Amino acid sequence: MVSNPGESEKLSFKQLLRDDRFWKIAFQVITLAIVVAILSYFLLNLVTNLERQGTSFGFNFLSNPAGFSIGESALEYQPNDPYGRALFVGFVNTITLVIVGILLATLTGTTAGVASFSQNWLVHKISRAYVGLTRNVPLLLQLFFWYFAVYGILPTPQEQLNLGNFMIASKRGIYVPWPTSGAFLAWLGVLVALAIAAFFVWQWRIKVIVEQGENGQTQLLILGGMLLAALLIFFFAFGWQAPAAQDGGGALGGRRLSREYAASLTALVFYTGAFIAEIVRAGIQSVSRGQWEAARSLGLASGLAMRLVVFPQALRVIIPPLNSEFMNLAKNSSLAFAVAYPELYSVANTTFNQTGRPIEVFLILMATYLTINLIITLGMNTLNNSVQFKER
Amino acid sequence: MTTTTPDTVSIAPEVKRLGLGSWLKKNLFSDWFNSLLTVVVVTVLAYALYSLVSWGVTVAQWAVIPNNIGLYMTGLYPSDQYWRIWILFAIVCTLAGLSWGMLARNLPKLFSRNVLIGFGVVCAGFVLFPPTRPSSPKLLLMVAIVAVAAWAGRAVGRQNSGVGKWISLLWFISYIVAIWLIGGGLGLENVSTNDWGGMVLTLLMAVSGIALCFPMGVILALGRRSSLPVVRWLSIAYIELIRGVPLIAILFMGQVMIPLFLPEGMRPDRVLRAIIGLTIFSAAYLAENVRAGLQAVPRGQQEAAASLGLNTPLTLSLIVLPQALKTAIPAIVGQFISLFQDTTLLSIVGLAELLGISRSVLANPSYLGRYAEVYLFIGVIYWFFCYAMSLGSRKIEERLNTGH
Repeated sequence: MVSNPGESEKLSFKQLLRDDRFWKIAFQVITLAIVVAILSYFLLNLVTNLERQGTSFGFNFLSNPAGFSIGESALEYQPNDPYGRALFVGFVNTITLVIVGILLATLTGTTAGVASFSQNWLVHKISRAYVGLTRNVPLLLQLFFWYFAVYGILPTPQEQLNLGNFMIASKRGIYVPWPTSGAFLAWLGVLVALAIAAFFVWQWRIKVIVEQGENGQTQLLILGGMLLAALLIFFFAFGWQAPAAQDGGGALGGRRLSREYAASLTALVFYTGAFIAEIVRAGIQSVSRGQWEAARSLGLASGLAMRLVVFPQALRVIIPPLNSEFMNLAKNSSLAFAVAYPELYSVANTTFNQTGRPIEVFLILMATYLTINLIITLGMNTLNNSVQFKER
Repeated sequence: MTTTTPDTVSIAPEVKRLGLGSWLKKNLFSDWFNSLLTVVVVTVLAYALYSLVSWGVTVAQWAVIPNNIGLYMTGLYPSDQYWRIWILFAIVCTLAGLSWGMLARNLPKLFSRNVLIGFGVVCAGFVLFPPTRPSSPKLLLMVAIVAVAAWAGRAVGRQNSGVGKWISLLWFISYIVAIWLIGGGLGLENVSTNDWGGMVLTLLMAVSGIALCFPMGVILALGRRSSLPVVRWLSIAYIELIRGVPLIAILFMGQVMIPLFLPEGMRPDRVLRAIIGLTIFSAAYLAENVRAGLQAVPRGQQEAAASLGLNTPLTLSLIVLPQALKTAIPAIVGQFISLFQDTTLLSIVGLAELLGISRSVLANPSYLGRYAEVYLFIGVIYWFFCYAMSLGSRKIEERLNTGH
């Protein structure tokens, strides 16, 4: 067969245009080209702009002395420490806010979420009102409200409030009891070990009840002993020291939570708690009613039915959105900057203002927050895997 | 043999109406624990309410609200140009009324009893509430415009149901008109963006952000679900990088960095920079919401479309996206609500939106320490808008619910 070469070429070009695979590749090439073109345009502008300003890209500035002071920090910090140290101090402040915030917000949210199923009409309504009010008002506004309108009306340090001799509150902050024992960390380790041991004893108890038909009294006694030991350690070995008020303001001993920290924490906990409450409520609702009814008809009391049947199933629905709520809390902690709590963003902002290096500071910020979020996600994924269906 | 289905008439089970006494017993005092809980809660609530009311009437000084109402609404906008804002408000009222009338064209009665009560409450509020009293004639006129426009919209909608799509176009045009009315130019006196502020700026930024981030979010979501590796990886990189950073960092750095990435001398206006920052941030979150909706569309839908001979763009726009967006409505509106709330962060960047202007009011020595009053007032405004949005989303969800 003889074919006209020109015609076949034409034909193959037409075929090419109809070919899905060609378009897939062409589309990707075009997209990539556009993105690369835009990015290189921006980068080119950046380079010329930086040249004009006489600065060059680099992280060397991190070892220069910072020259600004940080209001509060868990670590030692002097104004002539380098910028890197200042940023790290800010990071530690963020972490203290985030960890305590996550714990308290989970507690608040779970309580409010479960309360919305309360038999008691008032409790149910209060839980709904809390969620409806808090979720619909911006966090920053709530933060200002707590900082200025609530903690702001506390008396001056000279006339500080003494709350039952274990807390002292004034405009400067709130003094709370704090463990002073030198072996505090060791005792904390003992507590953690006890908690882990208690978990295994609990598993053991369930195993003997299920497999050997025993009543599990021995294990219950062991658990009781462990609880007693834990309480003793908590109350007596930690060396709690209550703040002692001083004339003219301030207190000796205890720990001062600054007004900035207290307000940021309260706002974050209330705001995130409302979102967690909705997640918990949706999770519990997602467990079909039949599960409830089956559990009740097997003779489980409603508390037991909740704990053993409904809640474990609800957890599968609750944990994934909880993860993103925790990440939101971590990111929202940067708003504490607005009330001058020296967290990471606040320190980064000062650093950028002094050094005029927005790009480098932004990259550091980005990397740090991404790392925090990655750690939260990893933790939540581990938790999530442990509550998934054990399929055979 | 034929099976006949009996004509079942579904009768709702008889609801036993409880008397007050038995209702109390069932809901508040069912056992000793519940009774104790009720007593404690009632005591605490009563005390809180009492303190709040006594604070509101004795301690609080509410003058800070009515004296500055112009600032809250429009910021430092020149007061001789307020008429432009009023015209804008009238346009929005007209369009809102028209849309409402169109949507409600199949209802037997437009002004049902509840709607009339609502109108009455709003009008009474405008006349009695001190901050709105000075401009109550204009506000009453706005209410009248809404009512007339709704009636007209219903009449037009009944005659020609195809008019609906023109309303969307009108909304779009009104947005451009709004920018012109606020900013000036073309025969109107120029008002610099430094003087934009208050409620008007908040709403303008929220609406712009929502309008811009929606298409961007949809494209990113489609990109992330795409089978083309380059498109997918670019989308994933964008979404995850942006979602990892706090908004305040993006906004603040955006104010500084956007000019750095542009040629010398090109410096977008700061309101524009703020809108860009909000859009860049929200699009990444919206993409995730839309992606969840896309994942909820069964694979069979796409396969069926392909076997009918639709190409990819048609399949996506006609088959997949409508279903995906419908599923994702609650999450999308949730994202819009948080975008609206996020506009408050711009007060830190120095824009005089609602929260920002409140902070400058509070910095005025004659209103020193009036934090609670001001924050409660603007809190109510934010709450109202967010609540209205979530209520609207629930209504749309009900209307579109074609599930079985």
